[in-house]
Amino acid sequence: MKKLIAVAALLGLLAACKSPPPIKPDAGADLANKSEASAIAQPDDSAGPVSAGEVGASSETAVALPPELANRTVVYFAFDSDAISADDQALLAAHAQFLGSRPGLRVRLEGHTDERGTREYNIGLSERRAQAVRRVLGLQGVADSRLTTVSYGEERPAVAGEDESAYSRNRRVEIVYVAGG
Amino acid sequence: MIEVKKWVRVARVVWCAALVGFGVPPVAEAQLQVDITSGVTAPIPIAIEDFSADPKPSAEVIRRNLMRSGRFLVGERTASDYLVTGRASAGADGRTTIDFELLNLLTGQRLLIERISAAPAAWRNAAHRISDRLYQKIIGARSAFATRIAYVSVDGQPPSQRYQLIVADSDGENAKVILQSRLPLMSPAWSPDGEWLAYVSFETRTASVYVQRVRTAERRRVSSRPGVNNAPTWSPDGSRLALTLSSPGGNLDVYVLELASGALTRLTDHPAIDTEPVWSLDGTQVYFTSDRAGGPQIYRLSIEPGSRPQRITFSGSYNARPRVSPDGRMLAMVTREEGAYRIAVQDLGNGTVRVLSKGRQDESPYFSPDGGTLVYAARERSQGVLATVSADGLIAQRLAADRGEVREPAWGPFLPDVVAVQ
Repeated sequence: MKKLIAVAALLGLLAACKSPPPIKPDAGADLANKSEASAIAQPDDSAGPVSAGEVGASSETAVALPPELANRTVVYFAFDSDAISADDQALLAAHAQFLGSRPGLRVRLEGHTDERGTREYNIGLSERRAQAVRRVLGLQGVADSRLTTVSYGEERPAVAGEDESAYSRNRRVEIVYVAGG
Repeated sequence: MIEVKKWVRVARVVWCAALVGFGVPPVAEAQLQVDITSGVTAPIPIAIEDFSADPKPSAEVIRRNLMRSGRFLVGERTASDYLVTGRASAGADGRTTIDFELLNLLTGQRLLIERISAAPAAWRNAAHRISDRLYQKIIGARSAFATRIAYVSVDGQPPSQRYQLIVADSDGENAKVILQSRLPLMSPAWSPDGEWLAYVSFETRTASVYVQRVRTAERRRVSSRPGVNNAPTWSPDGSRLALTLSSPGGNLDVYVLELASGALTRLTDHPAIDTEPVWSLDGTQVYFTSDRAGGPQIYRLSIEPGSRPQRITFSGSYNARPRVSPDGRMLAMVTREEGAYRIAVQDLGNGTVRVLSKGRQDESPYFSPDGGTLVYAARERSQGVLATVSADGLIAQRLAADRGEVREPAWGPFLPDVVAVQ
C-alpha cells in the first residue's frame, strides 16, 4: 500500500537551470571601493559546475612614505587592550606631521585582533583599537574627514600561528595611506 | 544507561573519491571528510543493500548518512535488526524512481514500502530524503540529512589568503563555491526559507552586509554604512535582519533593518560593544552579546522601543555568539573555561549550562533544523575544521577540509521536498 507523503518542487530541479555569469558587486562611493570578490550561482541541478573566476587585481596604488615612516605603519596592542604606548604615540605624531605636509592623502586605519574569542565580538574589539589610533591622530591635528576605519577582527591575521608571538603580531592597527581625497 | 564510547576513525570516508564525475566542480574548494569521533554504545544494526538497477550510488549515501548519525551500525544482513532494499527504474519523463522497503528482520514486519522519484541531477537529494524517512521510522525523531550547510573556507597564508563562501549538502558533498574574495568573508546566515544567505564581505576594503540568493547568485548590498556592518541574522518571517552597526565614534550597537524598505531601527544604545544579535523564535526579542558588564555576556531584549536588556548568562567570564534552538528552549553559545573557548548550551527555562565540546578554540555554534545536533568550528593541529555534537553531548563528529581551513558553519533550514515520496 502506497501513501502519498509529499510532492513539492523546490530547488528548480525539474527545469534545467542555466547558471548566470558571475555578478560583480555594485559600485559605491566609498574610499577605494574596488571589488575583490565575485559571486557564483549555485544551480541546484548540478547540471554544469560553474567556474569561479576571481575579479580584480588586488592592490591599491602605493603611496611613497618618507624613510622614517616607511616601515613603521603598524601599531601593536596588548591582549584585550586598546591602549597606545608612548613610543607609538610618538610614531603617530610623526604620521600626523607627514599628513600635515600632504593634504592630498587620506588614511584608512585597519584594526585587528588575535584569533581568540568569537569572530563578531572581535570585530568590536578591533574597532576600538582603530578608533584609539584615530583619536590620537585627531589630537595631533589630522582632520577627522581624512580618516576612516575598517575593523577586520581576527579575519585578516598578519601571521599564522597559535602562540603569543603570533598573537602579539596580529593585535594591531595598520595605517594605510590612500591617495586622493 | 548510555555512555559515550570512542570510535576513532570508525568511518573515515573520503566522499569525493567514490563519485568521480558527479558534483565535483572544477573549482578548487574545500571538500569535507567525516570522522565519527564518538557515538552511542548500542547503535542499531541495519543492512542497506545496493538498490537494483540504480545508476547512482544512492544506497552508499544512505549507509554513510545513517552511520554518521552515530545511532546506527551499518553492516551485513545476517547481523542486522533492520534491512533496507530498493529498486531503481527510469521513468518516461526522464526521472528516476526508487521503490524501497524497510523490513524489521526480528519480526518480519514491513515498516515502510515507499516510492521516491527525482530528476537525475537530484539523486543525492532523493537519497537524503530516503535516509530521513528511515531515521524517522526507526528512531522516531526527525533527522536533517536533506538539508544544507554553508561555511567559509580560507586557504593561503597571511597576508595573501583567499576566502570562499561554500554551500554543501549536510554530508559535506555537493560543495559549491557561491562567492570568493581576496578579502574576508564572514558571518553567513540562512534566510528562513533557505533561499538566501546574508553575510559580511570586506571586498571593497570596507565592511558591507549582502544578501545573496544561493541558486542564482543574485545579490544585494543591504548595509554599507561607514564603519562596522556585521553579524546579520534573519527574523523568523524573513523580512528583517538584525545586525551590528557602529556610530561615527566607533561604538557598536544592534539594529534591525527592514529589507524591503531599508528602514533602520536602533535596538541598543550603550557605549559597550553590543553585537551578535539573533532572534527569538517568535521574532519579538533578540539575544545579543554585550560587554557592558565588563566581559562579554548574553542579553535578551524585546524589539519594542524603550525596552531594557536583561542579562541571561551568569556562569563564567565570557559567554558570546548566541543561537536559539529550533524549539526555542535552548541557547547555544561560546563560553570560556580554563582559558579555552568551548560550545555550551543553556536551558532558557531553568538556566542550566552544559559545555558540549572539548577543544580550545571552538566557536560559531549553529543548530541543525531538527535541533538534535550542533555544528561548530574548531581548531585541530592548527587547522580550522568543522565539528558536530549532538545536543545531548553523546555523538561527536568532525568534518575536516582536505585543504585550507573551514569555519563559521551555518546549518540551513528544512526544505520543501524536491522529490516525490509516495
